[in-house]
Amino acid sequence: MSLKKKITMTVNGLTVNAEIEPRRHLVDFLREDLHLKGPHLGCEQGACGACTVKVDGKIIRGCLYLAVQANGCVVETIEGLTKSGALADLQEAFMRHNAMQCGFCSSGMLLAAAELVEKLPQSTREEVREWISGNYCRCTGYHSIVDAIMAVLQARAKGEKIKPVVALA
Amino acid sequence: MNKPVDLKGLVLDPVTNDQRYIGSSEPRHQARRLIEGQGTYVDDIQLPRMGHVVYWRSPVAHMKIGKIHTEQASKMPGVLAIVDGVKMAELCKPWVATLGHLAGMKSAPQYALAIDRACWQGEPVVAVVAETRAQAEDALQFVDVEWEELPAVVSMETALDADTPVIHPELGDNLCFTRTLDVGQVDEVFATADIVAEATFGFGRHTGVTLEPRCQIADYNPGDRRLTVYHSQQAPHMMQDLYCRQFGLSESDVHVICKDVGGSFGIKVHAYPDDFATVGLAMMLERPVKFVADRLESFTSDIHAREHRIKGRIAANKEGDILAFEIDDLTAIGPYSMFPRTSAIEGNQVVNLVGGPYKHQNYRAKLNVVFQNKTPTCQYRGVGHPIACAVTEGLVDLAAQKLKMDPLEFRKRNVIPDDAYPCSGISGIKLEVLSHEQCLRTIEKMMDYSALRKEQAELRKKGIYRGIGFATLIELTNPSPAFYGVGGARIASQDGASARLDPSGVVSILIGVGEQGQGTEGIYAQIAADAVGLSIKNVRIITGDTDVTPYGGGTWASRGAGVGGEAVLLACQALQENILKLAGAILTRSPEELSVRRGHVLDKATGEQLLPFSEIGRIGYFRTDTLPVGFSADLMVTRHYTQKEYPFIFTNGVQASYVEVDPDTGFVKLLKHWAVEDCGRVLNPMLVDEQVRGAIVQGIGGVLFEECIYDESGLLRNGSMADYLVPMANEMPDIEVAHVETPTQSSKLGAKGAGEAGTAGAPGAVQNAINDALAPFNTAVFDQPITCEKILKALGKV
Repeated sequence: MSLKKKITMTVNGLTVNAEIEPRRHLVDFLREDLHLKGPHLGCEQGACGACTVKVDGKIIRGCLYLAVQANGCVVETIEGLTKSGALADLQEAFMRHNAMQCGFCSSGMLLAAAELVEKLPQSTREEVREWISGNYCRCTGYHSIVDAIMAVLQARAKGEKIKPVVALA
Repeated sequence: MNKPVDLKGLVLDPVTNDQRYIGSSEPRHQARRLIEGQGTYVDDIQLPRMGHVVYWRSPVAHMKIGKIHTEQASKMPGVLAIVDGVKMAELCKPWVATLGHLAGMKSAPQYALAIDRACWQGEPVVAVVAETRAQAEDALQFVDVEWEELPAVVSMETALDADTPVIHPELGDNLCFTRTLDVGQVDEVFATADIVAEATFGFGRHTGVTLEPRCQIADYNPGDRRLTVYHSQQAPHMMQDLYCRQFGLSESDVHVICKDVGGSFGIKVHAYPDDFATVGLAMMLERPVKFVADRLESFTSDIHAREHRIKGRIAANKEGDILAFEIDDLTAIGPYSMFPRTSAIEGNQVVNLVGGPYKHQNYRAKLNVVFQNKTPTCQYRGVGHPIACAVTEGLVDLAAQKLKMDPLEFRKRNVIPDDAYPCSGISGIKLEVLSHEQCLRTIEKMMDYSALRKEQAELRKKGIYRGIGFATLIELTNPSPAFYGVGGARIASQDGASARLDPSGVVSILIGVGEQGQGTEGIYAQIAADAVGLSIKNVRIITGDTDVTPYGGGTWASRGAGVGGEAVLLACQALQENILKLAGAILTRSPEELSVRRGHVLDKATGEQLLPFSEIGRIGYFRTDTLPVGFSADLMVTRHYTQKEYPFIFTNGVQASYVEVDPDTGFVKLLKHWAVEDCGRVLNPMLVDEQVRGAIVQGIGGVLFEECIYDESGLLRNGSMADYLVPMANEMPDIEVAHVETPTQSSKLGAKGAGEAGTAGAPGAVQNAINDALAPFNTAVFDQPITCEKILKALGKV
């Protein structure tokens, strides 16, 4: 159990070196060792999608992925993608449509949605529903999440940005 | 694309001077942290010297605990302590969860860790604490408990039979609670009615599946003898009180903090044995201890709900008037009544609510609540409502069918009319003001009912079987002390709010009701911004901390908006008065000549801006020397609110579901769902829509997918998210929501609750829609979840 392996990866743009147990899941490594709070653990068996993060540009289940597998990879979490602005349109649309309640699924949901926006920009409402069916949400009933994603797809189709949500003065 | 029916501007008279936010779909500004991965859920908190606890839980439904061998486990790396029930009981007293006003109710003493016997699969028996979670789990495998399996009471149908073992011999039998309600002459009415319809309704056990599992960190500091508990919980003050009583502490010794909570739905409003055990461990070890349930533990130890079998019948005359309802409800709650709310409440609600929307005058109900060796059940979103509604509405449809009346017309004829309030329902419930007629008219228009019926008939000719189902409902919200207080449970029905003007001109609100995603922070910010008179961006909401917020009940029974919101309104209006008094003192003018608008004190007559709030703050806090002698600025005020006029304030609404049933496969496709909701004053239409939709989908989960499946020995067979089906986006329909606003007169704000009606109505509406689709085959299914298999069985195909 104490056999440790050295790993190196880039997490949200920073190089990380660590020596960890091979059994350590990527999401445990991100959460407990790097103190990133964005990816969450809902089921630890790949069913709920709350732990979704990006490895080398693809979304993966952080709970089914060992940290040693990410050795040499580029890992991005909701924190890094927020900072870079990659999720800005989706985040504003989620705010505007109240497409989150408790927020526990939101990190994973946003990453899944971002991949849809990138890969299937012509998606219909039904296709959006199908795409996000890998991510559980127990609060919203999904309707508002679909609304928010559709709003981004429609804005992108017109070459527009989603206006930031601001409060009345 | 589905467009929600939105409120067009403010329908009702405003409750504040410059009402800009209340009634509008203002986004939840404080929720931005959640979509940026910056929320703070319990598992995000790491404290120095923190240990991690895992529990050895009973592997079977009922067992005698023998010798517990911990020698090998305690030698494992990182292990800090291994504690059993006997040791834990030296610190934590047992509890008995009954309520005084539920006459005759009984339950057995329950311990934080089981002693002698474990009574359900998943009951915690031994605690293992180690420096890391992985070490604790490694060591857990070396804990060796000698145990002997005991006969398990699994089926509720036989729980009261003479030859069934009694789970707690000292109680005499397996009956927790029984109640009969009879208004008289029910037999006569059924005997002489033109039509009588009856059915037996089944409800599978299900559970809340909060995406964030239950979790807490308990931290005991021996220096100041203070216990701090970070908890994913809905009722921080309730937990503070329980920790005080079970561990012999005073309120000032206990500090409960609830930051972000990843879903609750009633699952996190109960006190679980492992909650107390984790606190006990922190006190023993004098260091922080974290407990996070894994998903299997969630399935076997989070409360379950809704296991009922109800025989129901309805009587009506040929004119189409409902004359009577009768039900016989059998429900099972596991081996103990859950602490402190009790597991008898769910069945009790069913008795109170069946027939609730209708004006019939005869009703009889019988309830038996029995013990069994399965996970304890208790209050989950809607508490009894989905059951009462599915039974009532299923019977109503059967009666309409027998009378060959349109089910919507039948409902219109029988609901309590909108001009009849206040009145009492036949079960004795007091109804302040409801709007069934208006809701029915609204939904008819919204769904274009006649066109939908035509479409259904056309498609039926082509062998496509679609069904339309309705569910009219009432939901109890804004509970008074008559709910728990009178029964002796120390659960606050009042809530307090403090409003503080900070020196910078920002207003901070401290309140006992917390945020679990429903938008508490959002609506309180809206109320505060309007009631004090400033931009919502200058309002901060602080919740979930028993050291700083006024005492309150937290989140349950849809009380956050109606009770908590009223406290915020009262506090903020009082703060505005004090701001005006201080401005008067600064300006040497009468406060009556002044008003507040958008963060400034104005000359009421001319509208001229005289002082910004930041100046009020500066002088009020730092230059009180410039104020008249004896003048106190009082820029923080606290107000409390209890709803005392009615036991509850009822909301109402109606839902409709449109489904397609494939008679070859039994597969049900949800095509569309509509909901009309009357929660009084709508504080934020967008948030209410989302409460309604989220709740509907949880109700759909119950009627179509979700069930905790046990085998005959009492073992849970589907304790994982892969096996226990919850609704996913792809299976869910678009849900159109409309509002009717009938404010409660019991408060200034007029808000009623909105959190649970969706869950209450959806199972009945979907069940009726499926049965409407099955009508050409002269069959129906009343056993939830309504699976493909049950439909095919009803069709005689399997």
